[in-house]
Amino acid sequence: MTLPEYNFAYLDEQTKRMIRRAILKGIAIPGYQVPFASREMPMPYGWGTGGVQVTAAILGPDDVLKVIDQGADDTTNAVSIRAFFAKTANVATTTKTADATVIQTRHRIPEAPLSAGQVIVYQVPIPEPLRFLEPRETETRVMHGLEEYGLIHVKLYEDIAQHGHIATTYAYPVKVEDRYVMDPSPIPKFDNPKMNGSPALQLFGAGREKRIYALPPFTHVVSLDFEDHPFQVQKFKQPCALCNATGVYLDEVVTDDRGGRMYVCSDTDHCETRRQDGHHGTGLPIAGQETVKEDAA
Amino acid sequence: MYVAVKGGEAAIANAHRLLADRRRGDRDVPALTLEQITGQLALAVDRVMAEGSLYDPDLAAMAVRQSRGDMIEAIFLLRAYRTTLARFGNSRPIDTAKMRIERRVSATYKDIPGGQLLGPTFDYTHRLIDPAMAGDAPVDEPLRRAREDERRAPRVTDILNDEGLIERDVLSDEEPGDLTRDPTAFPADRDVRLQALARGDEGFLLSLGYSTQRGYGRTHPFVGEIRIGLVDVEIDVPELGFAVSLGSVRVTECQMVSQFTGGSEEGAKFTRGYGLVFGQSERKAMAMSLVDRALRADEFDEQRLAPAQDEEFVLAHCDNVQATGFVEHLKLPHYVDFQAELDLLRTLNTAKATNDEMREAAE
Repeated sequence: MTLPEYNFAYLDEQTKRMIRRAILKGIAIPGYQVPFASREMPMPYGWGTGGVQVTAAILGPDDVLKVIDQGADDTTNAVSIRAFFAKTANVATTTKTADATVIQTRHRIPEAPLSAGQVIVYQVPIPEPLRFLEPRETETRVMHGLEEYGLIHVKLYEDIAQHGHIATTYAYPVKVEDRYVMDPSPIPKFDNPKMNGSPALQLFGAGREKRIYALPPFTHVVSLDFEDHPFQVQKFKQPCALCNATGVYLDEVVTDDRGGRMYVCSDTDHCETRRQDGHHGTGLPIAGQETVKEDAA
Repeated sequence: MYVAVKGGEAAIANAHRLLADRRRGDRDVPALTLEQITGQLALAVDRVMAEGSLYDPDLAAMAVRQSRGDMIEAIFLLRAYRTTLARFGNSRPIDTAKMRIERRVSATYKDIPGGQLLGPTFDYTHRLIDPAMAGDAPVDEPLRRAREDERRAPRVTDILNDEGLIERDVLSDEEPGDLTRDPTAFPADRDVRLQALARGDEGFLLSLGYSTQRGYGRTHPFVGEIRIGLVDVEIDVPELGFAVSLGSVRVTECQMVSQFTGGSEEGAKFTRGYGLVFGQSERKAMAMSLVDRALRADEFDEQRLAPAQDEEFVLAHCDNVQATGFVEHLKLPHYVDFQAELDLLRTLNTAKATNDEMREAAE
């Protein structure tokens, strides 16, 4: 019997060519979900198979790869995916946002602004922003085709009627170049403004759902809202307890069973860089209540 | 001071090391050989090949061993290998009428040309745990029929078709779709549907098929025929101008004869549900044929009301590698999104408290 062998970056070249064509089509029609013949990958669906396929298709031997999950380079799945490409493609890896040519991410966009020439690859679980309003693909494709987005505005309106707020906090839908409504992947809405006009190429891969979509550099990306209820991002009342950063997304860490909380940067590279530059926070937990307020973006 | 949890890399390496240990188990006990798995856990190997959609008993046995007997994990291993393989051609359609039959039963006729052959079936065993299974008692050699006793066994559906009592199988020269190479679009054609069902989860299809029997998309099914055995796989080689045999594969085929259709014009005819699975898996082939028939509701102007008749629902959820992945991914960290939800909840509650205070003050 012959034992299995695998190609550079795992996928065979024919598959990579197919994925690249889907990516190119996605770039040509920003925000449009391009169906592609997603492959089984050696990690489970839901672990980022779409992102991994996109990364495998664009990765060259000279690329420098960064992988984050929840903003951190050291979460287990980020470690696993980084090790996968280090092994199958033998590429250099980094945790420094600025040093990476390709950044694969789950649930966050790095705090440091991305620059021209960089590619950020998002892992996407459900690419269809209308899916939870209409479960049928046959219907949602027609809705996109006809630019029929009333339903999603009604949903946001119902949020306001019921809660006084738009109650979507992550995977907050955006409109791309005034045409397609797009799911930004489950990033917190805090990160949505970073997508707009980014000089980096943004690629989105949904493996199980077999869709790729893209935002070419400097694409106009607007979060859906109403004139009297403008889009807002989360703003934290206190800085990072480790690096004192403000205006960044923080993870809430429970420090005891009496309501003690500590807020630290979700983006670990950003936090470490700041600490190396001499910034430091209190390092102390605070009593947890009313730590967050909504503020205009 | 709190320090962010580090050491994902070391944790993973250690977890894998522990997993390898647990997989191997007690080192004083000899390791399972691939021959033991293919020989003595043959139906497990068959299921892995069927749902992994790759006919390779050795690789399937390796996958079963590597996965510690977790079927879906083994199927996943095989799929993730198969998907990297280059396609060098399509085989000719296999001819199940020429199958070297090991088992063949029909529920619609008492006797049929070629006969009923029980073959290696659990059907009439009593499910009493056999004390002999604790040891390795000698097992009798099976009886074998002589080659000359092998009679031609035409398909039961062909017999019905000769009488014009069942819908014709539509022959097509079109290249069949390939759901592993093209993204599925809805509505899907029957070829793509059958592919999805052939590698779909046995348990999911079993329950869906069962639901049609209990009134959720009833199809009045009869097992026209189930046959299990070896069929030759041939491929056309353009340079040679004739087909070359690649070898043979064991398959299970089920032809379900279902609710009739038609009326005065073309005459009433039974309809077909079809199941074909790698290896020996009657349960899967039967369930597949029930679901195939249920999914053909539109063809016969039947109302689509039940889950088994809903193509998008069935096709989007029958793949166990996809299903297990998405269900199990919930254990991955979600704390960034959860943080956002926490914030919202607190904001809403703060706003409510303020409102309540104002209302009380006004009263």
